[in-house]
Amino acid sequence: MGATITEKILARAADKNSVIPGDNIWVNADILLTHDVCGPGTIDIFKDKFGVDAKVWNPAKVVIIPDHYIFTADKMAQRNIDILRAFAKEQNLPHYYDVGTPRYKGVCHVALPEEGHVKPGEVIFGTDSHTCTHGAFGAFATGIGNTDAAFVMGTGKLLIKVPETLRFILNGILPDYVAAKDIILRIIGDIGVDGATYCAMEFQGEAINALNMEERMTICNMAIEAGAKNGIMEPDKTTMNYLNARTKEPLNQVHGDKDAKPAKIHNYDVSSFVPCVAEPHLPSNYAPARERSNVKLDRAYIGSCTGGKLTDFIMAAKILKGQKVKIDTFLVPATAEVAENLLRETIDGKSLLEVFAEAGCKDIAPPSCAACLGGPEDTFGRAHGKEVIISTTNRNFVNRMGSKQASIYLASPLTTAASAITGQITDPRDFM
Amino acid sequence: MAKADNDIITGRTYVLGDNIDTDLIIPAKYLTLIPGIPEEYRKLGSYALSGLPDEHLRFVAPGKEKSDFTVIIAGKNFGCGSSREHAPVCLGAAGTQAVVAESYARIFFRNAVATGELYPLESKQRLCDLFKTGDNIEISLKECLITNMTSGSTFELKPLGAAGPVVKAGGLFAYAHDEKMI
Repeated sequence: MGATITEKILARAADKNSVIPGDNIWVNADILLTHDVCGPGTIDIFKDKFGVDAKVWNPAKVVIIPDHYIFTADKMAQRNIDILRAFAKEQNLPHYYDVGTPRYKGVCHVALPEEGHVKPGEVIFGTDSHTCTHGAFGAFATGIGNTDAAFVMGTGKLLIKVPETLRFILNGILPDYVAAKDIILRIIGDIGVDGATYCAMEFQGEAINALNMEERMTICNMAIEAGAKNGIMEPDKTTMNYLNARTKEPLNQVHGDKDAKPAKIHNYDVSSFVPCVAEPHLPSNYAPARERSNVKLDRAYIGSCTGGKLTDFIMAAKILKGQKVKIDTFLVPATAEVAENLLRETIDGKSLLEVFAEAGCKDIAPPSCAACLGGPEDTFGRAHGKEVIISTTNRNFVNRMGSKQASIYLASPLTTAASAITGQITDPRDFM
Repeated sequence: MAKADNDIITGRTYVLGDNIDTDLIIPAKYLTLIPGIPEEYRKLGSYALSGLPDEHLRFVAPGKEKSDFTVIIAGKNFGCGSSREHAPVCLGAAGTQAVVAESYARIFFRNAVATGELYPLESKQRLCDLFKTGDNIEISLKECLITNMTSGSTFELKPLGAAGPVVKAGGLFAYAHDEKMI
């Protein structure tokens, strides 16, 4: 019997001919990603267990991208950046993207592929649950805790269980008012927040093939919201075009076998999909946007690893062009590159920045995770009261954006922008 | 830290429902704390489950570092969301010996085992509707049983399998060391 792409990548990483779901195997890591929230704790365990003078297993494979608590007066947050900086210096890490320098990037999951650190067929461990984003490039990528990360840091290896694969085949033509976020929210709505626990979510089909890399990343990013170990897509021409522009290192694609047998197959025709929201307080609380038009909003938020990429801002700008927002609208580009492109990218001769300014959005914040996960009190866009928020981020748990009383509706950038104009949940078709 | 050398856990329960996510367990504003620094470890304990809505009984009383409850009973998908290891660590720091849930989110389960902070036990049936916060319980790890001493009922737990010895040793590194793997 053939193997899925996940099984083939893991077999290669374990120096085995084949593996089957349920096997516990030691795999070699190609990249260890960490940031300012989990990096200091990982370094602390690494030094405690391997010794104060220990060296990381391979400095070129440890990538540190501070992104969570950057633009804050919080002393502890600043201390944690200092720890990362000192460690990068001590270990001679070539891939440390320091705060306050031209090397600063922003959100790690958008910066990692931008900087050419993601390659098809590789194994990526990251101290962040949204590390599953990188499966969009045909890599095996999963989130781990500090202790596991410290083990990887010292040895370059980790013991993992081979996951079963759930295959999602998405065919049909995606309507222009439906975005990748609507696809993944629909799937999570169908299978639930634990519908893919321990499994690989593999996305295939003509609708996936038609998406650009950023939209593919939006889908894989939220595999964890269904409990998955990883999300993954087969690399293709779109993947290679993106990566060849980002790295000169050799790229080796891994593909699943045609006769592989996933544990389960879900078929969808995306041409019937509609703009949607996930209602408070779970990403699985799916509802078509049109059926929630009675929900009044206080705030719109566009940002994060899943919703702050250039494609997300282009979608928002198409809706906001020539319109005025009715509620506070916060925009946080994921990375410095996205921020630069807001100036460069134009619609009808106007830059995206001009479109947003004319629509009355708040001034664009510098790139970081910002209010996606609440954070220190002075975080840009953070909730402090009973705000009702529509957001392009990935989680709407109680307290997620900083306030227990706030309510968060997750939506695509199209739906979020349309809702910002009316102050109520709004189907973007009303403005297209 | 390594667990006492017996297979019995006793104490009072704190009962929760389904999908207890990592933002409820430890709100993100406390993630600046580094678990390996003793003072910050204790602080993490004081904030355990502080993300729960205010109508919940506080898991750790204001001004305290430890909880009066040593076992958490929950429903499905306990620990969903973030990979933050602060989640099992804050519960362990607050004195939690075990969580007994219907099922776990993968990363929380793995982090609980890797840190050795607590036993992530699975019940065979849904217990969160049958137990009340404050019930006295006894868990036998060897026999895979949990007894509600308050009501007198006993329920089966699923065996922890390969994860059991890792938690007992005190986590991944301690286990790897004991087994002479590192």
